[in-house]
Amino acid sequence: MPHTNQRTAYGQALVDMGRKNKNIVVLDADLGSSTMGRMFENEFPDRHLEVGIAEANMTSMAAGLALVGKVPFTNSFAVFSTGRSYDQIRQSIAIGNVNVKICGSSAGLSDFGDGATHQSIEDIAIMRALPHFTVISPFDANEAYQAALAAVEHNGPVYLRLNRNDYDSITPEDKPFIIGEPVIMKDGSDVAVLATGYMVHVALEAAKSLEGKVSVKVVNIHTIKPLDSGKVRAALGACKSVVTVEEHSIIGGLGSAVAEALRHDPVPMEFIGLNDTFGRSAHNYKELLEYFELTPEKVAQAILKIKK
Amino acid sequence: MFDKEVVKQLEDKARALRKNVIVSVGVNYPGHIGGSFSAADVMAALYFHKMKHDPKNRYMPDRDRLILSKGHIAILQYAALAEAGYFPKEELVDTKQLHSMLQGHPDLIKSGHIGIEAGTGSLGQGLSIGAGMALGLRMDGIVATTYVIMGDGELAEGQNWEAAMSAVTFKLDNLVAILDKNNKQAQGTIEGRFSLGDILEKWKAFGWNVIEVDGHNMEDILRGLYAADEAKGKPTVIISNTVKGKGIGFSEEHPVGMHNAALTQEQYDNAMISFSRRD
Repeated sequence: MPHTNQRTAYGQALVDMGRKNKNIVVLDADLGSSTMGRMFENEFPDRHLEVGIAEANMTSMAAGLALVGKVPFTNSFAVFSTGRSYDQIRQSIAIGNVNVKICGSSAGLSDFGDGATHQSIEDIAIMRALPHFTVISPFDANEAYQAALAAVEHNGPVYLRLNRNDYDSITPEDKPFIIGEPVIMKDGSDVAVLATGYMVHVALEAAKSLEGKVSVKVVNIHTIKPLDSGKVRAALGACKSVVTVEEHSIIGGLGSAVAEALRHDPVPMEFIGLNDTFGRSAHNYKELLEYFELTPEKVAQAILKIKK
Repeated sequence: MFDKEVVKQLEDKARALRKNVIVSVGVNYPGHIGGSFSAADVMAALYFHKMKHDPKNRYMPDRDRLILSKGHIAILQYAALAEAGYFPKEELVDTKQLHSMLQGHPDLIKSGHIGIEAGTGSLGQGLSIGAGMALGLRMDGIVATTYVIMGDGELAEGQNWEAAMSAVTFKLDNLVAILDKNNKQAQGTIEGRFSLGDILEKWKAFGWNVIEVDGHNMEDILRGLYAADEAKGKPTVIISNTVKGKGIGFSEEHPVGMHNAALTQEQYDNAMISFSRRD
């Protein structure tokens, strides 16, 4: 069955990996039924650690677990698993290159109802600024499943950013996740749209709406870091300009990472994301994305504008 | 109760550690002498008597672990590790120099190979790291104790109390916190900054096994460390009453016990003479 939700795909990946690798342990801070750490807990109660609403402690404990050979995953909403425990991540995990996997669940605007306090718009920026960290923002649920497997294979700290909501997977279920490898979703030769997470869907719709007018290439940047300049340049192919799309602040996120990667060979760029603003509550995800202009129409407008 | 010869040897080791700290700090560059000296006797008891470890087999899975939550006294741990043979003592003089492995705070990448078990320095995190280690070791059925040396100043950090609750929840009787209670922090006295309250009762209320020792009395330190082994189903905290800068007069008399102080050549020479005389 293809996955339709990144959280349950992730939960299933934890269970499947947990069967093979006895060193995998999962930590939750009272959000297990939301992060889907609960799926692991049901299967492996002895290796699931509920630490209570104490993310700082959870994160440093994970460092300790990793230092005696465990492969810990810490789960919480992205705002908490990164923001609430930023210093713990920096000091006890990043500096020492400690093998902890941090899951930022309900990332971006995907927790639409809870408002600004629960919507992570800067998690990519802070996590990619940390040396030693790998930052992964999978596109769909099938990719999220494979990304979790890849995170375990990678020896070092990983941040995994996940969406809360249901949407169909396009990525084939068994497609292996290769860290750092841009994925061409649709070929084109005029403008390249580089997107991450759910925004890849939005980019594909925008490209479709411009069929016959503009040859749009869509690239899924599922690994924000490392982002190799040569690979980004190669992914652009013949395209002469770039639009980046992200459910994150345009300050320090995907757009910034792409601009850094292309700094020695710059192309005209447009950035679509949150413009230095926090999120807000809405009744549904779509309504919120429309409010912040993260829509196929706005992406199409940006494509037309930059093509000129 | 303890063999007089053993106690005497450990007292000599504590003196050697203080001397090594002075060598590390040198002249004219600041170093965290005060907090190192308050914890030196406990450190000697751990590395040269109580802890199971072996510099010739430094990654043995069932070694006891020592984490410095008060990471600024890294120089004291370096002093002990050099004294125990993890690396040549000659390297101590390079501490904090640009290319030295001996960083200002414990660093896993640069000095994991000499017995540093965790990266610390941002205060209040060591107990959580220790709890994670203790839990991971127990999951693997490994019998080993994780020791965490904490400062009393850093108890103002709330994460300590998250960890305190967690260690009790997980019944970590293989975790021993040692509170180096020297009553001072970087800028002055603790009571002038925040109220520790009745610190013994506080830990008891959190569900810990609490032991109090005189942190400059080797026999009492050993008594406390062995008593910690007896706790079943809960973690132990040893409240070690100490004096910041203990060991040299000019340090003990300093208003904040030479928290991060540079030595003059004269002070350095006097310290070296005083620690060598009794060698």
